[in-house]
Amino acid sequence: MHLLEVKNLHVEIGGKKILNGLDLTVDKGKVHAIMGPNGSGKSTLSYVLAGKADYDITEGEVLFNGENIADMEPDERAAKGLFLAFQYPIEIPGVATMTFLRTAVNAQRKARGEPELSTPDFMKKVREASGELGISQEMLRRAVNVGFSGGEKKRNEILQMAMLQPRLAVLDETDSGLDIDALKIVADGVNALRSPERAFIVITHYQRLLDYIVPDVVHVLSKGRIVRTGGKELALELEEKGYAQYVGEAA
Amino acid sequence: MAELKVIKTAAEEGLAEAFAGARAHLPGAASVKSLRENAFRTFELKGLPHRRVEEWKYTDLRALMRDAKPLAPLPDAAAKLKAKSASAFASAAKARRIVIVDGVFAADLSDVAGLEPGLSIGSLAEALSQGEADVVERLGRRAPLADDPAFALNTAMMSDGAVILAADGVKVERPIHLVFVTTSIKPVSVFTRSLVSVGKGSSLSIIESHESADGIDNQANHAIDVAIADDGRLDHVKIGREGDRALHVASLVAEIGKNAHFNDFTFTAGGAVTRNQIAMSLNGSDTHAAVRGASLLKARQHADNTLVMDHAVGHCESRELFKAVLDDESRSVFQGKIIVQPHAQKTDAKMATHALLLSEDAEADAKPELEIFADDVVCGHGATAGALDDDLLFYLKARGIPQKEAEALMVEAFIGEAVEAVENEVVREALMDLARAWLKARG
Repeated sequence: MHLLEVKNLHVEIGGKKILNGLDLTVDKGKVHAIMGPNGSGKSTLSYVLAGKADYDITEGEVLFNGENIADMEPDERAAKGLFLAFQYPIEIPGVATMTFLRTAVNAQRKARGEPELSTPDFMKKVREASGELGISQEMLRRAVNVGFSGGEKKRNEILQMAMLQPRLAVLDETDSGLDIDALKIVADGVNALRSPERAFIVITHYQRLLDYIVPDVVHVLSKGRIVRTGGKELALELEEKGYAQYVGEAA
Repeated sequence: MAELKVIKTAAEEGLAEAFAGARAHLPGAASVKSLRENAFRTFELKGLPHRRVEEWKYTDLRALMRDAKPLAPLPDAAAKLKAKSASAFASAAKARRIVIVDGVFAADLSDVAGLEPGLSIGSLAEALSQGEADVVERLGRRAPLADDPAFALNTAMMSDGAVILAADGVKVERPIHLVFVTTSIKPVSVFTRSLVSVGKGSSLSIIESHESADGIDNQANHAIDVAIADDGRLDHVKIGREGDRALHVASLVAEIGKNAHFNDFTFTAGGAVTRNQIAMSLNGSDTHAAVRGASLLKARQHADNTLVMDHAVGHCESRELFKAVLDDESRSVFQGKIIVQPHAQKTDAKMATHALLLSEDAEADAKPELEIFADDVVCGHGATAGALDDDLLFYLKARGIPQKEAEALMVEAFIGEAVEAVENEVVREALMDLARAWLKARG
């Protein structure tokens, strides 16, 4: 059974059609990169997988571990092991990062019928994970993403991923707004989470990230569909030639 | 000239009768008696405030009060027993409990032994009966709310309250908790007046809580008169948790000297209709006054916080922050007036009110007013009202936090911003616990 099967997915928002029959199959243990020009539907795909309201699936289905998740709430999908690293992580004033992490971890465990993590166990995990990402204890006491630089916000997303241990992690343009050093830290964090039981969908506009998070499969997304699939060399080809040849492709 | 006959409502008639019947027995000698007479006359001429009175436009007391409830009888042993276990709020603060039950200062239920040197706490009724000059003189001073009908009514009808005085140079560490409880099973009215004096360089911390049972439409009219001398400091936290049918009208007037601090916080989660009105006069320079509050309202609760901050002299800083969380068909009102007198230069005054609407039928009204007569000042005001941010909710849900829990987290964060300014950590935590309990009850 595939970890994720997207079959002929058609999605609109506000009456506007964004995804036009998108097919995608992802197996555990693999890293898939999805590249495409602006407006191709990259973020829409990530939002639809995560279950954001207002995105209407007009045709097709999304199967996660064989289950159709189209009618599931975002929190249900998260508990089932889906994680979306946001392109623009949101600030949550008044909620300490530590509190947020603990609430999320325990909410998911509860949904899965697992016992909640005791505070000492939780603190231990957080210390380990944040240490590896270079996130200080002081930052954990601050409100989520408030006053964080772009790099700090992205590292915070990776920290959350490390704490939540998802089955499928969708990284939505994780590299946007990052300099090389921040990029390396984020990539290291992601690579540390690679495992035979886990899969990644790395959505990116630029090839650069893929030097650090080397994909097994590369897809080109254009006008709401996957128009080409290949190995990691495809990313280099795209960097050389650009998206022009795919923008002209008929739907 | 033809005699003007004012048509009284049933409540106004009831109040007139109550005053007529009580005036002979209310504590205080001649000067206090005439103070009461004049005050009642002031009230009578204006009547209960209604929507065409600007300061009361959102809280039409004339419409809200169908009748005047009978004055609460003196508490008996059963009443005192009920009061004894009242309000475990912030018990960890180990505050000194002063219990005012059914409008009566109950020394036997209060912790008035071993007062810190320079601190005195007593009953207003007793002070008036003894003719204590300071108290009488203080009551005779013209307060900022003297012409307000609710305050005038309180002046006329006040039967008891707490008189708390910290002499010069007395820093009282241990908070004082004024526990106001109404125990009557039948609806009653209470009128209390309390006086708080903070001497030069002194400090006091006061927690004030109000409670009564659900289902009883009591009518409470309270007033606290605060005087803070130069270099003095007062921290005051008020918690309103009366029953779901209670009417609570409370006035706080304050005269503050120079280089002083006043941190005021009002938390409202109870009552059917609450009107908290605060009028502060900053009379000395380099003073900091902060008035903040949080209201958590549901069903058809109505909470009105009205404030007037008067910068009578320059070089003072005032901050006002009121937050309301509204569910069902509840309503919050915030009226904030900042007055900067001529020559009150270098005034720094900021006011903000934010309402979080959790339901389509809730309503938040905000009326900021600025009367600025000096030209070298910094004054600002902001008001927002809105629902929970959908993108934020999605972010929380995408991390596995279900809808209701996500809403609760956001509401807690919203309220937390106002509560974090409360000085005492134990009290802060206790306030957040109240907020959490409110959220839990939402389901």
